[in-house]
Amino acid sequence: MGVGIEVRNLNAWYGSNHTLQDINLKIPANHATALIGPSGCGKSTFVRCLNRMHETNPIGRVTGTVLMGDLDIYKDANPVQIRRRVGMVFQRPNPFPTMSIYDNVAAGLKLNGYTNRRALDEIVERSLKNSALWDEVKDDLKKKSGASLSGGQQQRLCIARALAVDPEVLLMDEPASALDPVSTAKIEDLIFQLKSQYTIVIVTHNMQQAARVAEMTGFFLNGRMVEFDSTHKIFTNPSDKRTEDYITGRFG
Amino acid sequence: MPSEYKLRTRWRAVTDRAVTGLAILATLLVVAPLVAIFAYLIYKGARSVNLAFFTQVPAPVGEPGGGMANAIVGSGVLLAVASAIGVPIGIGGGIYLAEFGRGTKLANAVRFTADVLNGVPSIVMGLAMYSLIVLPQRHFSALSGGVALGIMMIPTVCRTSEEMLLMVPLAVREAALGLGVANWRSVLSITVKTASPGIITGCMLAFARVAGETAPLIFTAFGNPYTSTKLSQPIEALPLQIYVYALSPYDDWHRLAWAGSLVLIVLIVLAVSLVRYVTSRGVLKGAS
Repeated sequence: MGVGIEVRNLNAWYGSNHTLQDINLKIPANHATALIGPSGCGKSTFVRCLNRMHETNPIGRVTGTVLMGDLDIYKDANPVQIRRRVGMVFQRPNPFPTMSIYDNVAAGLKLNGYTNRRALDEIVERSLKNSALWDEVKDDLKKKSGASLSGGQQQRLCIARALAVDPEVLLMDEPASALDPVSTAKIEDLIFQLKSQYTIVIVTHNMQQAARVAEMTGFFLNGRMVEFDSTHKIFTNPSDKRTEDYITGRFG
Repeated sequence: MPSEYKLRTRWRAVTDRAVTGLAILATLLVVAPLVAIFAYLIYKGARSVNLAFFTQVPAPVGEPGGGMANAIVGSGVLLAVASAIGVPIGIGGGIYLAEFGRGTKLANAVRFTADVLNGVPSIVMGLAMYSLIVLPQRHFSALSGGVALGIMMIPTVCRTSEEMLLMVPLAVREAALGLGVANWRSVLSITVKTASPGIITGCMLAFARVAGETAPLIFTAFGNPYTSTKLSQPIEALPLQIYVYALSPYDDWHRLAWAGSLVLIVLIVLAVSLVRYVTSRGVLKGAS
């Protein structure tokens, strides 16, 4: 089951570059939340702060509070534990090139010492079914490398890989931007099904996509969050002039 | 088509052919010395390669026959010791340089040392092991020779491992970290595994290089006319025996030296191919 996230006074830096400034918002559990905004506005940095990936960059720095349920992820836990509860799907599909399809999905569990074969088989099958890839790969699970799949299949493989560790939150950083329209539609269908079980945060450049999949939408600009509201309100009657200018295509 | 266009198209076709031709020529020039050496070795040495060469130890001067069984076994022992030292230390150092020590002073010092070590003449390595191992023990030994060769392997293995690990894309590392895998685990199970074909190539390069070394063995392994596998005893090695036989005044020994050279090269090629074959099995369809 998903869990809500509350962000208070979040600031992030790359070296001396203040990329995120005083972000405050509440992401509801078991819904999809979209983050939109022009390139370089801080959306990706923001989601990378939610699973503590930002700090893996040697010059990355974060201050502020992120609560996952009651857990303060920067105070009460170490990054590895957090990342097991917050799955991430990246912009470009990044399956492990030396691993089979099966091992890619099982990687998160196997690398953490999980060895029960029968349970692994079940989890792999369930994850691939949940990511709508099972029918396309079930005959080559252990024969083919994850890298041999098409781009859209690779991205669904990466989603399956993230689901296999049973996270509560799923972060998606422009998951469809490198894919063709058919694959994009599949990923969007998937988000629709997954949000009943997971809290989903999706970064997107595509405003129609935000409107299609998300209940809540946040608009970022120059490292600040300009507006956060229901998707319907953001796209029909935004309260900030800058949001309106952006979604009507006046800049960005 | 305007005439200027036609002219340019024709000019492009001409340059295209010229450059292709030059590239082919360069390739041939690269391959030619290797082929020439190999052909000459076969011409000079093939006749003396027979069963006795692999099964008998050298015959006394003046007696016909004899082989280099002692040297073949000895080279095997020396290279096993060398690999046992050079491969793990080299790969470990490479992992440190690429993954854990990036940008630190220690890493820069290690990298510099490795590059200097790579430039140390092999005879100096032999002398160093002579004073560090042979003198305190008061006898020549396979161990001292193996250690000398092993230390010579370290810089090559270390630096190629580092370069190969750095080539693993950030996206692959992030994928592992994003799954909640601890950093050390991600490095060992994902990054190293992804870079392993390149790392293995580096090990093979180092192996092939030290397999033909003579100088570091003169003061350490010393040579031994009998087959020995004891680490504490002097031991023969193919390059060492080739060196001695080639400098001798006897025609018999010259022929054996040629045969030894041929066998040495073939054994190196076989060892490298075997490792490549074994490590390439189980690679999946479409894996890159």
